[in-house]
Amino acid sequence: MNKTQLIFRHEFLNAIKRKGFIIMTLIVPVLALLAIGIFQLISATAGPMVVETTTIGYVDEAGGFDDYTTQGNIELVGFDTQDDATAALINDDVSEYFVIPADYTSTGVINRYTLARELETPTSITTAIKNFLTSNMLAGKVPSETVGLIEAPLALVTTRLTETGEVATEQGGFGNLMIPGIFSLLLALSLQLSCVYLVQGLGDEKESRLIEVLLSSVNTRQLLIGKVLGLGVAGLVQVVVWLASMPLLLNLASSTFGGFFGTIQLPANFIVLGMVYFILGYALLAALSAGVGAISPSAREGQQMIPIFTLLLFVPLWFSSILFIFPNSPLWVVLTIFPVTAPIAVMLRLGVTGVAAWELAVSIAVLALSVVGVMFLAIRAFRAYLLMYGKRPRWGEIIRSLRSG
Amino acid sequence: MLAVEVNHVVKSFADKLAVDDLSFSVAQGEIFGLIGPNGAGKTTTIRMMMDIIKPDSGEVTILGERLKEATKNKLGYLPEERGLYKKLSVLDSIVYLASLKGMDKQSAAEKADELLEKTGMLATKSKKVEALSRGMGQIIQVIVTIIHDPQLVVLDEPFAGLDPVNTELLKGMFLDLRNQGKAVILSTHQMNQIEALCDRILMINNGKNVLYGDLTEIRSRYRGNSVLLDFEGELGEVPGVSEKRQHKGYIELILDGKTTPKQLLERLVGRGIVINRFEVATPSLNEIFLKEVGKKS
Repeated sequence: MNKTQLIFRHEFLNAIKRKGFIIMTLIVPVLALLAIGIFQLISATAGPMVVETTTIGYVDEAGGFDDYTTQGNIELVGFDTQDDATAALINDDVSEYFVIPADYTSTGVINRYTLARELETPTSITTAIKNFLTSNMLAGKVPSETVGLIEAPLALVTTRLTETGEVATEQGGFGNLMIPGIFSLLLALSLQLSCVYLVQGLGDEKESRLIEVLLSSVNTRQLLIGKVLGLGVAGLVQVVVWLASMPLLLNLASSTFGGFFGTIQLPANFIVLGMVYFILGYALLAALSAGVGAISPSAREGQQMIPIFTLLLFVPLWFSSILFIFPNSPLWVVLTIFPVTAPIAVMLRLGVTGVAAWELAVSIAVLALSVVGVMFLAIRAFRAYLLMYGKRPRWGEIIRSLRSG
Repeated sequence: MLAVEVNHVVKSFADKLAVDDLSFSVAQGEIFGLIGPNGAGKTTTIRMMMDIIKPDSGEVTILGERLKEATKNKLGYLPEERGLYKKLSVLDSIVYLASLKGMDKQSAAEKADELLEKTGMLATKSKKVEALSRGMGQIIQVIVTIIHDPQLVVLDEPFAGLDPVNTELLKGMFLDLRNQGKAVILSTHQMNQIEALCDRILMINNGKNVLYGDLTEIRSRYRGNSVLLDFEGELGEVPGVSEKRQHKGYIELILDGKTTPKQLLERLVGRGIVINRFEVATPSLNEIFLKEVGKKS
């Protein structure tokens, strides 16, 4: 086994034995399993769900509104006068009431009375009143099927086709966003955690002067590559555990919860792109971390400097609401191509609109080139500052030494 | 073949010249002392020898060649300030660092057992490094430095913070290394240890060679013009002695510059004085150090 492999093995084993790493890796599938288990347990012990009926009153001054008093789980009770209805409201016999004025058919105005303080009328109430009025007004004039269509004229079913006219395997929607959304957050955390380990490890070795013993046995290239690969593969193991558990958990969640979970899909190439962006994103951040670790006089100071660039990782998550509203905004193209934001931006976009092939190609190319460039600079910083203890170099000095090598 | 050959090496950091045209060599089978005040350039010189940093100019050869991957396995280096992986066990730390010196895991574990036994540290084998005292940690570091049977061992302040028992233990180990034909470079401020262990020394100050050579020869070079005398009887006036200084248990006679210690001894014996001790005063390395460093600064 050569020395780079020895360092790789040492760093990898140390990383995966850390409590923080084990907890972070297992917490995602374990929490999901727990949620499914708790739901199943509650479902097994609880009886069938009882739908509560709401009773609301009405006063028909216009006349002719006597039928269709059951609207879903809302029961409508008629009162002769508004005073009777008010008394029933105060006695809590009805939760609210409305008055159909005599001139309703010419004005369309309905007066609603309630004890509750609310921002706006609940949709369920509005729908129930609307359907009650419509059904009564159309009764006997059009067939009942037509009444149903007038009340709910649109059951929109959208089908996404591919460019060849076939039905696409991914149909979009929030179900498609779910996994990339969660995964992008986990990816950002995993990348951040790997960088923290790298900077902490380098800082500890620097503080304890162990770095000198290591450099009397290996060269800087072997040390840096061994460390970066060891911690990177540990992070990759974490991501693979999450990715591998997702289809499994998804099936389980779909069969348990049904409904929305049944619509959740993994976007095409998601697993492959997830791994590609983890590897490239990690390589870029690891190179930046190695530079920071070399320049920082202690592990603690190094860790304080990490947020400078790991915060950029989270930028696409901050703007995710803009993505949902303006999925085709140029901002997303910028975030997809800018190397530090690319991994998370691509993961999020895969779940919403997808990413054009050219954007993916440019994004991966820019990211790969950045990795090479930053690694080159990091090795220079590593050589220049690794043995500088106790004081942090000024920015001017750093730039000079990066130029001179 | 020389263990170390340093030729006209120069190294500067930003605006400071740390090592200025330094040349010296270390032979195999000797303990070589590297001394100098703080900031003299000792550690920079050692780091260049270990290939941790590169010299601006000049050449360093180790075991007859410029340092390369395979040569690093023949070096043992104990840096001045020490540390190990705190969360690892003693054995795991030793085995990992030995494996970076080219040892296989099994041989490293066997040799670690042997050295831990020899240093009385076997009971700490499975303990985490963070549970060890400073002195114990230092012994483990020395074990890490020599476990792979290096041809050249560089020790930067190996006795700092050690109790007398452990100091003697390490001194014995370093002398054993010399007797096995290894080259040992010892950098320390403890001049008594240099005097007790080293065959030759290099004293540097401000990155420059101040004193270099055989320790006995250097001390004799600095021998003063005085004699230490313990006697019985009445001394009186002694021709050739310009001054007498009384010390506890002996008297120091300062010679006039024309009289040699041999002539003085003959005169004293001729006068029938019973002599218990007659020693030509030789300055300690500490005195030489203070004199040289004081002179240069």
